[in-house]
This record gives sequence, C-alpha cells and structure tokens, in this order.
Amino acid sequence: MTTIVIYALLAVLLALSIIKDRQKTRQAMMVAVKAIWKMAPGLLAIIGVVGLILGILPPETIEQLVGAEAGFTATATAALIGAITLIPALISFPLAASLLRSGATIATIAAFITTLVMVGFVTAPLEIKALGKKFTLLRNGFSLLAALLIALMMGVIL
Amino acid sequence: MVIVKKFKAPVILAILFLLLAFWAPEIANRSAVVSFNYLKEMALVLPPVFILMGLLEVWVPKEKIRQLIGSKSGIKGMFFSFLMGTLPTGPLYMAFPMAGSLLDKGARVSNIVIFLGAWAAIKIPQLIAETEFLGLQFTALRFILTLTAVIIIGLIMERLIKTTDIPSLLEKNE
Repeated sequence: MTTIVIYALLAVLLALSIIKDRQKTRQAMMVAVKAIWKMAPGLLAIIGVVGLILGILPPETIEQLVGAEAGFTATATAALIGAITLIPALISFPLAASLLRSGATIATIAAFITTLVMVGFVTAPLEIKALGKKFTLLRNGFSLLAALLIALMMGVIL
Repeated sequence: MVIVKKFKAPVILAILFLLLAFWAPEIANRSAVVSFNYLKEMALVLPPVFILMGLLEVWVPKEKIRQLIGSKSGIKGMFFSFLMGTLPTGPLYMAFPMAGSLLDKGARVSNIVIFLGAWAAIKIPQLIAETEFLGLQFTALRFILTLTAVIIIGLIMERLIKTTDIPSLLEKNE
C-alpha cells in the first residue's frame, strides 16, 4: 500500500520533470544513482547485521528477556533491544502485544517501540555519512533518553 | 580492488553468514530469511526515495528550502517538516540522504530532526497497526509524547550543532 503511494507520487513528479526539462531530469537521475552507489555498502551491511541480530535474537528470545519481568530493568532492557534491533512495524506491534500479554508492563513496551523506531545503532554508520558524527550521536542519545522518559510517563498515566 | 575495499563490510558479513551456516545452521537460516526480507523491501522502496531526492536536488532551489524550512520558517516550517516526514515511505535509514540534502540546502537543524522523527515514528499505516494491536489510548498518548519529544530534541540539537558539523553528501561524493 505505502509502496503504491510512493511509486504513484514518483511517477507524477517524474513525468512533470521530463515534460519540463529532460536535461534536468537526467541530472536528477544521476544524483540518485550516485547517492545509491555511495550508500550501497552501508545499506548491504545493515541488511546483514540486522539479519544476524534477529537470527540470534528471535522474537521468542526477546519475549523471554523482557516478558515476565517488571520494573525498571525490564524497561531498560527493552529500550536497549529496541535500539539495537531493526524490526518492521508490522512485526513489532504484534510482538509488543504478546509481550504485554506475557506480563510486560506498559512502560516496557512503550520503551521498546519508541527506541525501535527512533534509535538505530545498526544504522548509525549510515546516519554519520549523511548527517555527521555529532548529529547522529546527539539525535540517538537524546532519542534514547526521551524513549525512557516517554515510557515512564506512559507507565504512570496508563 | 577498489570495489572490494568499498564493499569490505558486506563481504565480511557474507563470510560470517557462511561460517554460521556450518556452525549454527538454525541461526544462519533465520538470519538469511530476515536479511532476504529486508533486501526485498530495500530494493522496492530505495530507488523511488533516492530519485525523489534527486528531483528535489535539481528542481527545488536553495532559497525555496530556506524559505519553507529554513531559520526563519517558524511554526510553519515545523509543520511542513512534519508533513514531509509522514510521507508514506520505508524505514528511517532511508531518510538520512534526503535529510542531509535538505540540510545542505539551508534547512533548520530543528526542522530536520522533526522531519526524521516524523519519518521514524509517525506514519499513518504504522499508527493504524499500533492502534489495532495496542489500543487507541496507548497509541494516542505515545503519539503526543513522541511529537513533543522530537520538537524538544530538535530545538536542543539546534543549539549544539553548527552547520560545519554536517558533511555535504554530494560534495564528498567526488
């Protein structure tokens, strides 16, 4: 569904671009090809590392690690697992729901989901390449901190 | 040789996968399935995202970016960055080159953090799935808290980061 939307958007914009200026469109394609070539090693590495991490740490193991326990340790562990893994949303929400059923607290799954989407250790090299070391360090550091705060607040409110 | 050097990390990982296939075939199998799924997703979503970035690079002048999400763009700039981030696309790492390109063109640091935050955490299909599995109350509260956090992080980071801290993707390309 999302893929259809983005391809449709691209088709419209690309058509407009070709109609207005072929030369500029060629230039845009060159920019895209160059950027992909530059990012390719990092992207392939991410694919490999994510596969290895999730191979060693499948959803069942994650459930064992943060499932039944409560308290801050479980929440912090969940935040850490969320930060180092890269799980697509469609898998992470059912996983979070089953964590909740197996005894994890609201704070724990809030921490897990928030770091999962906002903090990326595995993708940090790529982020550094595009945005610099300082930006990457600060964004991920603050996001991790924010995730813990959000988790604690949600635990209190809900 | 240059190519081997450039792809050093993926080559090392491929060797790791092979070793794992001998020592722990079960883990290797699971890992291969996950990696393959990611590869498929990437192959599908990456080209359009990068071509969109190319079009942005070529067609949208610096002044426009500065005006829309630059240092004097205010609340409107925040809102616009947020909207761009919610475009239906792939995972966060796909947004980095686009974010770098926008910064290059004079976007505010805080707006780029908002753009990345929205891209990562605030997607309509993602929110629907979250509501389905974790409930409306959970989703709504997390949405509000995340949005607030992202704006605060953006404003703090803007004070800490100078434009010279940001590498230029296209210039470093050569």
